[in-house]
This record gives sequence, structure tokens and C-alpha cells, in this order.
Amino acid sequence: MMIPDDLLYTESHEWIKREGDNIRVGITDHAQSELTDVVYVELPKLERQVNAKEPIAVVESVKAASDIYAPVKGTVVEANKALEADPGLINREPYGQGWIFVLKLENPDDLKNLIDAAGYKKHIG
Amino acid sequence: MRKVALSLVSLVTEAALRNTPLYGEHMQLGAKMVPFAGWLMPVQYTSIVEEHQAVRKNVGVFDISHMGQFIVEGTGARDWLNRMLTNNVDKLDVGTGQYTFLLNDRGGIIDDLIAYRVDEQNYLLVVNAARADEDFAWLQNHLEVGHAAGLPGNKDRKRDACATILTSRSANFGALAIQGPHTTALFHALFGKDIEVPARNHIVDVPFGTTSVSVARTGYTGEDGIEVFFAANDAVKFWSAVLELGKPLGIKPCGLGARDTLRLEMCYPLNGSDLSPERNPIEAGLGFFVDLSKPNFVGRDALVTTKESGPREKLVPFRMKEKGPPPRPHYAVFRNGERIGEVTSGTLSPSLNWGIGMAYVSSAHAKVDTEFDIEIRAQKFPATVEKKPLYRKPVS
Repeated sequence: MMIPDDLLYTESHEWIKREGDNIRVGITDHAQSELTDVVYVELPKLERQVNAKEPIAVVESVKAASDIYAPVKGTVVEANKALEADPGLINREPYGQGWIFVLKLENPDDLKNLIDAAGYKKHIG
Repeated sequence: MRKVALSLVSLVTEAALRNTPLYGEHMQLGAKMVPFAGWLMPVQYTSIVEEHQAVRKNVGVFDISHMGQFIVEGTGARDWLNRMLTNNVDKLDVGTGQYTFLLNDRGGIIDDLIAYRVDEQNYLLVVNAARADEDFAWLQNHLEVGHAAGLPGNKDRKRDACATILTSRSANFGALAIQGPHTTALFHALFGKDIEVPARNHIVDVPFGTTSVSVARTGYTGEDGIEVFFAANDAVKFWSAVLELGKPLGIKPCGLGARDTLRLEMCYPLNGSDLSPERNPIEAGLGFFVDLSKPNFVGRDALVTTKESGPREKLVPFRMKEKGPPPRPHYAVFRNGERIGEVTSGTLSPSLNWGIGMAYVSSAHAKVDTEFDIEIRAQKFPATVEKKPLYRKPVS
């Protein structure tokens, strides 16, 4: 199971990549593998303001629908439209083309509440 | 991601779950195992969609050893089964089977099953794993009633009780479903060129190595297929032969995930979702498998009443009108803002790449081409009532 060292993680299986004042967010390799084939993604609306741990997107597999949470407080500035045509990107490239949304950080210090790769690895043990 | 967290929690209870004789094979193949009906079963090996397509295009194999297998035998077996089940057992020649229902006194569905007449006075019932214990207790109880004195119709039942023997062979037997257009090719590879594939709904005993297996031409996918029943000790040997000989035919081991999407495209009901003790076969649109001309079977009176008054709700297949989120069980169904029913099965059909499902809706809105809305996360999405099945194979 791939858990890149240069990313941050949540216990609810999102990965977070810092890009200046923004973060890019997707779901982990472990999460996509547990979900099985992703067939539909409900993306967040741009400009939406969200709090940490607020449901912000929905990823649906053949089996079930799962909420995706905002890792920290922020504003949605990008959503991955490519997932509308090809939701399977989440299975094939969970850390690459399968990203889900970009948040503009409210407070960069909030990232301290997230776990690192070692912590996430332990979490999914 | 809430669902993932839940599925990890559920692993804790795995210790209490039963394993089929093929558990080791599933683990070796890297299957994702999930609790199902008290069993730990493969939900997928590589991908639900890939496994689904393998069955539609080539051939797939499913471990269905979790299903219950009961034997009913004796001089009273036929008449007793005719009073326990909805379909007409008199129509079964030796070596044939029929889809049928086990009902409660209110006509509600305890289980849907296949009854095979394997010999003159010997029947095999193949029942759902989730209901097997309940079915057996119900059937046993209805045998024992015959021993009790002073009940109406006692004289008749008493004779049954002595002449009918009910046993469960579930613990000592396994089963595989082999499904897909290459089924007959695989059958001949397994059993020899000269052995004839049984006709639809027929069952035959076929030699396999030093042992013998029962092969029935049936399935739950809408493709050509067989279900094979064998002693648990032979399970690994048979499974391995199927995968080995199926390799040139493009075989894939398939899990419960693909089993569910395949059956839903055909509108085959799933017990516990589309069928329950609160629903009867007429409401479920399966009156074809109920013979009301039989004078007496458990649940008959209730079904006659439903038939006369018309069911209040009906199970209907539907298709989403637009590309969007797939429908799921328990989503509410609306028409003109009024709630008219609930989805019982729903998914994204891998064959159609489109949202499909089945729902119980009030009978006034159950006609083909009726439009209604499915509520998904507080938003309404239009859908249309369709004819069965929801997927038809392209004519080749």
C-alpha cells in the first residue's frame, strides 16, 4: 500500500499536499482499495467555505457512497472536473490525477493537526 | 471517509464468522473478504467491474458454499414440500428444479430458493445463507407439528412426519457457480467431451476424478451457467481445476460484489433487500412462481387476498434518466413531491455504465414508463420504471 512520505494525512483517509497557501486533497491508496471501483464523485462547489472535518465531497463505489471530509478550515478554490468523466482516476492514481479538490488555507498552522506518513501507516496498521 | 472506518471496525467480529472450504484459496488469491450472512466471503478479488465483465464476456466462478443445502426425502416428501413451498412440486420430473418461495402464514417471504428433484423421493433445496438456519427451523417445526395431537388436519400431517426426512448437508458440502458464455466449453474441459451439459433447470450427477459432483444448469447472473455441488473435501480440488482449465477461456474468480451487480441488471431479487417477511411474491412481481391452483400451502390465503385486492405496493425496476449518482437501498422515491416508495436495490450498472435499481412503489405508479424521482442527499434525480430485465445482451 503506497503512503508517500511527503504528504500529510487524516485518520479519515484523506491525503494533503501543501502548495503554498493552498492544499491539494485526495483519498489514500488504502482508501481507494477499500472502496473498490469508484464510479461517481460529487465535487464541492468553488468558493465554498468549510470547517475541518466537514463533509465536502462524496466518492461512490459500486458498493457504497462515502463522505470525504475537509482536513482543515478553508475555501474551495479548485475541484477536479476530470473525475466527472473518469472517476476511476481515484483508483488508478490516488495521489496523482485522482486528486479531488484544492482548499485555500484559513490558517496554515491548522496543518499541525494532521498526521504524517508514519502516523498514517500506524493508523491503518 | 466514513465507510472505510466502518469496514475496519467490522473486522473485529471476524472471529465469529464461518469460513467456506475455499477460504484458504480466497486468501491466496488476495481476495478482499467481508462479513456476509454470518460468513466471511470474498467481495472482490481484483475489481468488481472487471469480474462483472468477465462473466458477461467470458466466464467467472463464484464460491457459493455459504448457501444452505437441505435434503428432503421419503414417501411423503413431495406432498409435504407442496404444502411448504409456493411453486408446484408435482411439475418436477426427476432431474429438474424450480425457483420457489418459503412463506410465513401471512404470505411474507421467509426465503426464495431452488428445489431440485434429484430422485423419485429425494429433493435438494438450495437456500440463501442468511436464511438457512431460519428456513431449517421453520421446516423442522412444520414436520414436528405432525406429531402433536389434536390439531386440525393432524391425521394427514402425522403421516408426513413419519414419511418425510429433512436433513441439512450444508456443513459437509460446498458449491460453485460457473457463469458466462464460455460455461459449456469449461464444462467439457472439466468433465469430458462426451458428457452432455444438463438442459436449463436440470440437474445431473457427473463423475469428477474419483468422486462425483452434481451439476445444475442455473444461475443468478443472466448468463448461461451452472451451479456445481460437491463434498466439502473435494472443494479445493474442484476449484483449482475450474481455475486451471478456465484459464484459456479468460476465467476470473468473482466475488459477491459482481454477483450483486450481475443479478440486479437481470432484476433477480436479493433476499433481505428486495424480499423480506413483510413482502409477498405478488408484491415482488414474482407471482409466476406461485401456484394458487394448489389447494393448500403455507401463506396461500394471504396471497389469494393480495391477488384479489391487488397489492398496495409493487417492486419495480427503474433506470435513472440522467447520468449522476447511483441509486442506493433505502433512498426515498417521490412523485409530484409526494413520497411513494423506497429503493431496495441500486447500483451503477457496469454493463450500462448507468444508475439502475429496484424499488417498492405504490401500485398506482408502478407501470412501465412511469417517471418518479429518487432522493439522493436531499436532491431529487428523475428515474423511469422499466421492463425486466434492466440489461439485455446485445444480439451478436
